Amino acid sequence: MAIDYTLQEGVAILRWNLTTSPMNVLNDDSIPVFVEALQRAYDDEAVNGIIITSAKPEFVVGADLKMILRNQDQDPAEMLEVSAGLNRIFRQMETCGKPIVAAINGTALGGGYEICLACHHRIALDHPKTRIGLPEVKLGLLPGGGGTQRLPRMIGLQAALPLMLEGRDVGTSEALALGLVDALAATPEELLQKAHDWIKAHPQPLRPWDQRDKKSGRIVAKDRFQVPGGDVQSGAGRQVFSVGTAQVMEKTRGNYPAPRAILSCVYEGLQVPIDRGLAIEGRYFVQVARSKEAGNLIRTMFLGLNKANKGASRPASVEKTDVRKLGILGAGLMGAGIAYVSAQAGIEVVLKDVSTQAAEQGKAYSRKLLEKQMAKGTLSPEKAEKILALIHPTTQTTDLQGCDLIIEAVFENRALKAQVTQEAEPMLAAGGVFGSNTSTLPITGLAEASAQPENFIGIHFFSPVDKMNLVEIIVGKSTSDYALAVAVDYVRKIRKTPIVVNDARGFYTSRSFMTYASEGMELLREGVAPTLIENAGKLAGMPVGPLAVTDEVALDLVYKIAQQALQDGASTEADTSYQLSKQLVELNRLGRKNGAGFYEYPAEGKKYLWPGLAELFPVAASQPSLDEVKQRLLYRQALEAVRCYEEGVIRTPLDADLGSILGWGFPAYTGGALSFVEYLGTSAFVQQANALADRHGERFRPTEGLRKQAAGQ
Amino acid sequence: MTEALIYDAVRTPRGRGKADGALHEVPPLRLLTTVLEQLRDRNQLDTTYLDDVLMGCVTPLGEQGADIARTAVLAAGYAESVAGVQLNRFCSSGLEAINMAAAYLRAGQTDLVIAGGVESMSRVAMGSDGGALFMDPAMVAAHNIVPQGISADLIATRYGYSRAELDALAAESYRRAEIAQRENRFAKSLVSVYDALGTLLLGHDEGVRPGTTAESLGKLKPAFEALGQQGLDALALMKYPELSRIEHVHHAGNSSQIADGAAGLLMGTRAAGERLSLKPRARIRATAVVGSEPTIMLTGPVPAAQKVLRRAGLSIRDIDLWEVNEAFAAVPMYFMDALGVDPAVVNVNGGGIAMGHPLGATGAILTATLLDELERRDKTLGLVTLCIGGGMGIATIIERVN
Repeated sequence: MAIDYTLQEGVAILRWNLTTSPMNVLNDDSIPVFVEALQRAYDDEAVNGIIITSAKPEFVVGADLKMILRNQDQDPAEMLEVSAGLNRIFRQMETCGKPIVAAINGTALGGGYEICLACHHRIALDHPKTRIGLPEVKLGLLPGGGGTQRLPRMIGLQAALPLMLEGRDVGTSEALALGLVDALAATPEELLQKAHDWIKAHPQPLRPWDQRDKKSGRIVAKDRFQVPGGDVQSGAGRQVFSVGTAQVMEKTRGNYPAPRAILSCVYEGLQVPIDRGLAIEGRYFVQVARSKEAGNLIRTMFLGLNKANKGASRPASVEKTDVRKLGILGAGLMGAGIAYVSAQAGIEVVLKDVSTQAAEQGKAYSRKLLEKQMAKGTLSPEKAEKILALIHPTTQTTDLQGCDLIIEAVFENRALKAQVTQEAEPMLAAGGVFGSNTSTLPITGLAEASAQPENFIGIHFFSPVDKMNLVEIIVGKSTSDYALAVAVDYVRKIRKTPIVVNDARGFYTSRSFMTYASEGMELLREGVAPTLIENAGKLAGMPVGPLAVTDEVALDLVYKIAQQALQDGASTEADTSYQLSKQLVELNRLGRKNGAGFYEYPAEGKKYLWPGLAELFPVAASQPSLDEVKQRLLYRQALEAVRCYEEGVIRTPLDADLGSILGWGFPAYTGGALSFVEYLGTSAFVQQANALADRHGERFRPTEGLRKQAAGQ
Repeated sequence: MTEALIYDAVRTPRGRGKADGALHEVPPLRLLTTVLEQLRDRNQLDTTYLDDVLMGCVTPLGEQGADIARTAVLAAGYAESVAGVQLNRFCSSGLEAINMAAAYLRAGQTDLVIAGGVESMSRVAMGSDGGALFMDPAMVAAHNIVPQGISADLIATRYGYSRAELDALAAESYRRAEIAQRENRFAKSLVSVYDALGTLLLGHDEGVRPGTTAESLGKLKPAFEALGQQGLDALALMKYPELSRIEHVHHAGNSSQIADGAAGLLMGTRAAGERLSLKPRARIRATAVVGSEPTIMLTGPVPAAQKVLRRAGLSIRDIDLWEVNEAFAAVPMYFMDALGVDPAVVNVNGGGIAMGHPLGATGAILTATLLDELERRDKTLGLVTLCIGGGMGIATIIERVN
């Protein structure tokens, strides 16, 4: 059963109540039942109006994305028919002649909100948890159930476009202010009452874009409809589309088809009657839904992310664990950040540092972040106090007594880490686990300091901890499945995404990510214009250019890592990262931290590329094409991810993809650093990588595994 | 091949294209009618000999809509048998009309025509016709289409033209225009615009501001910076990844002024002229149009000039005087830079920066100005060229005849 149907005072109430899924979604089960219920209400002469609501806390949260993935390879005509079918249902709601009210009792997103848009009136229950919006673009899609046509017709181009282009959802009061809903209700009873009242007052509703045909009396689309706030072909429209398109391009670098399609749906569709507009939307929807980018985003950033967040990498054999008391050693930026996210999840935190002042400062970091939320009105002072009260700054090791998990976040110094491990470890509760937040030192080596190496694990956070949602869990040689389970459960509890990697130099994220920085330096050394290098990185979809990111990492650190690799025999003196970082460090250009690296960092104003680069690395007369530079920057990362996977450094392809997107900002449209290969097609990738290797060096040579895969072996 | 000869040229003054401009109350039809009346009257033209009137108009909307050329033919009291066509190749429309007329004449398809253009920018706003090129998201995104001011700033950034250099070029335009006005160098073509009672509305180019210097221009605020920050710089830079940013160096004082005006050239074959006892002043030696990169948009004059020179079998040194439309200071600067043309012979009487750029009319105004100046200096060859929206360039070489 998907829809509960009741008749009350001549009004049919259709309550979404999907039994096959925890939340109401539009899918193959629910759509036919919904249509049946609607038809029953249309046909029943005793029904004067229809209320659509939900029996669950949420209204309807969207369409089933698996449905889209399943249809990606289908005939586009078939896919169009599926989308057109849904639009016929929605259009019939508008034109059936009976008033239909959406009683939005909870969150209504995507297709769920498009049901509401197809109603004649929308009333939302004023509940703090309710979110309303059209988030399709975030998964590479567009609102294909009439959203691109009805929302701008309701609230105007200027208000509707940003909501759809950003996929931003809003709370109930903003929804009312923007016109996404027509009214609010304080209680569920009032919600229904208001819906009944509206139906009584509007026995023959008509959307502003519709009219009654004089001859037949049927409701039909108006030939000309004036968009509130200005038509497409108006001064306002010109502004919206010229600047709006530029803004989309600035944000997406042209890498995502969906936002461009949304603009086109609105531009083309709002110049014609709504039925024609819906047909236009349908065609764009099919194109976008069949795009590789949509498939990649759905697979990695929706289905994959959900899977990872549910603990896909967790050993199934271990029973659920729960960290209630957490110890953190070192109250610096990382330690303080870990304290903040942990306290937010209700975990009692002992934040230890060598001085009271340092420990208190670590706690103050949380206070600052909480105050920001309070200023925005998203957090009550009571709740903030409760969170803060969970953090106990201390200098006393004994305060760590009874911790389920202790994470050290002290300097990257082996001796220091060994010392704090030995000090703190005895304080752990029975079955307690010791974690290291190291980003560079091998876990197996650090575990030697531990009395219980099987309970020693790497828990690598990214900075800033409150914003970065990835945690790289590193399994050392002796680390037990139990310790892994504790780490994964903890990461889930703080609502971050865990990926699991095996112990190797640079682990997974640092190692793969450093190839981006390194290729940037290779290009620079070859005489490629630094501006071109940086822009190519950004245009490829990376958040910042490779030289800028190297400055962020700090050149002395890059130098240290390169020296270590040299000492370990993992690279040679000729290594570009080694050479360039050495050169810059000798000039005391350490990166952002001392205001001088590949960039200059003026006290006032924006950073800019250091003009001195032109002398160190003269710009060659002939420059590579933008595409080639982009390619080199992305291929390096993808190849390193492949190597990590083939070497068993990263355990699953999903973790490799998620780690790349969430950890170092590899562009999501590719599906992730590993999926990038498939995105381009394995044989095309191998062919191109070979060509790059021939031109630029063996670092581009595809692995044996890839070559076999490409050859279809 | 039949020759395309210029017998006369007439233009209105350029009024400030704003609500306080002297020509604001004059409908564009009246501007164009003034030109047609003058050409008829001062040549004692029996208009039954005239085949067609070709008029450029870039924003053919409202009172500039519905074929303003034919409308003006009727309004001016020309013979009913004279046809009229309005055409649009953006900023080059006035010259495009001349080139098209030349093509008809040289092909023997027509004998006597008037070609020119009209634009009342104060009454019909630039860009009010929209257009898929500038609005359709698919076009804008795929071809990185940005407003011209951003393109002009992009040219300056790409070729390293500083604000000071551009302001100096603009100040020179003002200086030359002022001298030209003082010495009455525009007198031959320039016709005053009067109201219905015969009172003078405007008899000179209104935009010229004596005393304008590079220093005074230096105080003006960049015009396209705010627009650029709304994503348009980023859109343009996607095509120019070797640049880290766009320097916004153009402003109201070193860009062409918004203006109202009209112009027309009486053109015909030699036989037609002889029949009407008209004395030819110049011939159209060669014409050319090119498409160029649409994001930077305004670099077309360089390849257009190269093409027209090639077609005419001439070299840069052969050209005595040049008119390069001052859409933005960077446009003539890039032109002179790229071709190595001596600034002393380019826009010798100032240009659009000092006097305005009534979009549809400018091409014809520049041609008229060039012809007058060739005669005044007793020189032979002149080249007129304009940059064009959407990434195009146009160029025409005229040659004086006796």
